[in-house]
Amino acid sequence: MAVVQTNPPVSATDSLHQRLDSTWREPSGFGGWFKRVHHTTIGIRFIVTAFIFFLLGGILAVLMRLQLARPENKFLGPDRYNQFFTVHGSTMIFLFAVPLMFQGFGIYLVPLIVGARNIAFPRLAAFSYYIYLFGCLFFWAGLLLNTGADRGWFAYVTLSGPDYSPGKRVDFWAQMITFTELSALATAICLAATILRHRAPGMSLNRMPMILWEKLVLSFMVIFAMPAVMLSSSMLLLDRTVGTQFFNPAEGGDVLLYQHLFWFFGHPDVYIIFLPGTAFVTTIVTAFARRHIFGYLALVVSTISIGFLGFGVWVHHMFATGLPQMGESFFTAATLMIVIPTAVQFFCWIATLWHGRVQFKLPMWWIAGFFFVFMIGGLSGLMLASVPVDTQVHDTFFVVAHFHYVLIGGAVFPMFGALYFWVPKMTGRMLNDALGKWNFWLFFIGFNMTFFTMHFLGLRGMTRRVYTYVPEMNWGWLNLLATCGALLMGVGVLVFILNFFWSRKYGAIAGPDPWRAGSLEWATSSPPQSYNFAELPTVNGREALWDAAPNQPVVAGIREDIRETLVTDSLDGDPDHRMESPGPSAWPFWAAVATSGLFIGSVFSARSVLYTAVPVAITLIGWYWPRWGVSQRRKATEVWSE
Amino acid sequence: MERVSERAVLDVSGLPSVVFGPRNVVWLGTILFMLIEGAMMAMLYASYFYYRTRSTDWPPGVMPPALTYGVANGIVFLLSLAPAWWTRKKSRAGDISGARMGLVVLAIFGAVNIALRVYEFSALNCEWSANAYASTVWMLLGVHSAHLATDFIETVVLAVLAFTDRVDGTRFSDFDENSMYWYFVVGVAVVTDFVIYGATRLL
Repeated sequence: MAVVQTNPPVSATDSLHQRLDSTWREPSGFGGWFKRVHHTTIGIRFIVTAFIFFLLGGILAVLMRLQLARPENKFLGPDRYNQFFTVHGSTMIFLFAVPLMFQGFGIYLVPLIVGARNIAFPRLAAFSYYIYLFGCLFFWAGLLLNTGADRGWFAYVTLSGPDYSPGKRVDFWAQMITFTELSALATAICLAATILRHRAPGMSLNRMPMILWEKLVLSFMVIFAMPAVMLSSSMLLLDRTVGTQFFNPAEGGDVLLYQHLFWFFGHPDVYIIFLPGTAFVTTIVTAFARRHIFGYLALVVSTISIGFLGFGVWVHHMFATGLPQMGESFFTAATLMIVIPTAVQFFCWIATLWHGRVQFKLPMWWIAGFFFVFMIGGLSGLMLASVPVDTQVHDTFFVVAHFHYVLIGGAVFPMFGALYFWVPKMTGRMLNDALGKWNFWLFFIGFNMTFFTMHFLGLRGMTRRVYTYVPEMNWGWLNLLATCGALLMGVGVLVFILNFFWSRKYGAIAGPDPWRAGSLEWATSSPPQSYNFAELPTVNGREALWDAAPNQPVVAGIREDIRETLVTDSLDGDPDHRMESPGPSAWPFWAAVATSGLFIGSVFSARSVLYTAVPVAITLIGWYWPRWGVSQRRKATEVWSE
Repeated sequence: MERVSERAVLDVSGLPSVVFGPRNVVWLGTILFMLIEGAMMAMLYASYFYYRTRSTDWPPGVMPPALTYGVANGIVFLLSLAPAWWTRKKSRAGDISGARMGLVVLAIFGAVNIALRVYEFSALNCEWSANAYASTVWMLLGVHSAHLATDFIETVVLAVLAFTDRVDGTRFSDFDENSMYWYFVVGVAVVTDFVIYGATRLL
């Protein structure tokens, strides 16, 4: 195996490192914090913020479990319980899962894996983070002010409409959607452009690591799915604030349209959360099976077909609404069909492990957990895809059990695997093995205690979203068991946090490639330098490091005194032209502040948009307006294409 | 350039730094923005036709929008393709005076479009709060107006920029992409007109 070392020892190349670092270094100090645009900074901000909201959402879950631990409990009242389950669900989907799995890991990893010095449109990535952050703060400020959303994470009309939900609670939810989806869309553009145009020379489409395929498919899913929910939540907001009639049946409005629009986003969103998990699994399985992935082409086709099929199954969330039977049959078939590409992925992973020499290190524990948990979630999903079963258990804890098996199995287990895998790259220190195993077993046992139990509660008729129940239902001991499981899960997560902080100080030094994995992020130091790669790499195979030729070339001729990057052809990864990447700027921050002002203002007064749009325009123009010195320098050195 | 190691190299120093069209990364970014906004509009069109299937008379209980301003604006939109195309052509040739003229004329067209759009709202023959049809028509025109206003402001900013000495090669490609986005605004305007003025009468 040849080794690509794109970051030669510092001592040998002091002047090169210094030149690159002075060009690419992030600004320091308090003011500098708001100007940073390097993808590693933005990616880590996303991951840390989303993880904090994972903890906050988890705290709400534990509080709800404590309320349900025994019958007729008075710990939380019905009103607070309604706010907690709504904010819990909304936080986990909109503030944790998509921002962490898609945005955080995507922004951090994609530029490294394609072998670039920064993400495409770095300032847009920074804007994406600030908008997300302000959306999180806005939504949670609502909860702390007792204005927490309380109509469920999908806020169905007419319950969430102006007649049945006076006050501002639903508006906070609807506008949080605008914040987070704008952020996700901005990230999707950055990632798709980076993957399509900044890949290292030689990384043709058929040599892209699976995680890049997944991020590319995902970006397009976000681009086509998120507008639907932005639209439905905006229509809801307009119904509530300016008296439009989109969802008012008395004036020709239609409540099912809301559900169609919501689930046209909502089901693809399940895959937007699940596909990053599968990409983590593929990456980690490849690294620890010590061989190339089995069935690369089949995996690529599966990922793309999940991308398409994910848009054709949304009506299965609406089986209980009385749609025509023909439609229900179609969507049952489509839902069952999505099993095929998912199964193909599973068989590829099994075959890879079967023929590999598996090293069962910490990230692999979580992958094993994923296999077990997600399989159970998939089986209960098969049951729910059948209309009669779905009708029977609709809105019961059976459904709660199912989607937690799918979402925690499909996202949280791979996420922990990914954290154990990539945190050494981000911090330069390995996470502790013993604490990691405590983390895994506490979480795994706690999870199954909590959610496997819920299947039985659901089959015994316990509906979701009830804040309490009477002792005669005999649900008490099952609920108590589920609550104990939730506490164990919480302890498991605390162990992870302990592990993280302990390892930051005492963990073993990771070095560039602690797992001897094959993709390009392992070709540079841990954590990466401000410029990612001292010499930009070229690629000779799907696992760039494993497949490198003995004297694999590096790219020369990219300027070091300015932030120059290489743009390559979308299909073959052939060098196409040189491009200057935007440097640090506080404008994305101010643009996000202005945009947040507009979003928040519109919740309280629709008319405010007329004047809050002005600062948005000013900050965007400030963001764009070129600096004189830069334009003069460019004019002196630019080369026009023929 | 100083070499770090005795590695084989792929020398890219001769590659251009100013490119146009699909080679340009900003082109791709603009296309992706257009996909997002197009998806939003497509969802709105779908909503409009969905409401149609839920009502026996159409438009329900109100007059259809008056044609005058809508048709006039449609024609102005189609004519504005000419300065957009001209700006594109001159930008790609690096012709600053041509690009200036194109941007100024395009901005004037944009201003006329916006003025006519204000009258279009007044000629919809319904309040947005009348019923779901009225809300949808207002929203269709409103979202498109947001696109229009965005690209109008962008065109004005670029036109002002074109008269400064800050125009390097990448700004010419920005002029070029702005025209492409203008094509999109016009395309969506035409489809929206067919829905608001055509489908309302024909269905």
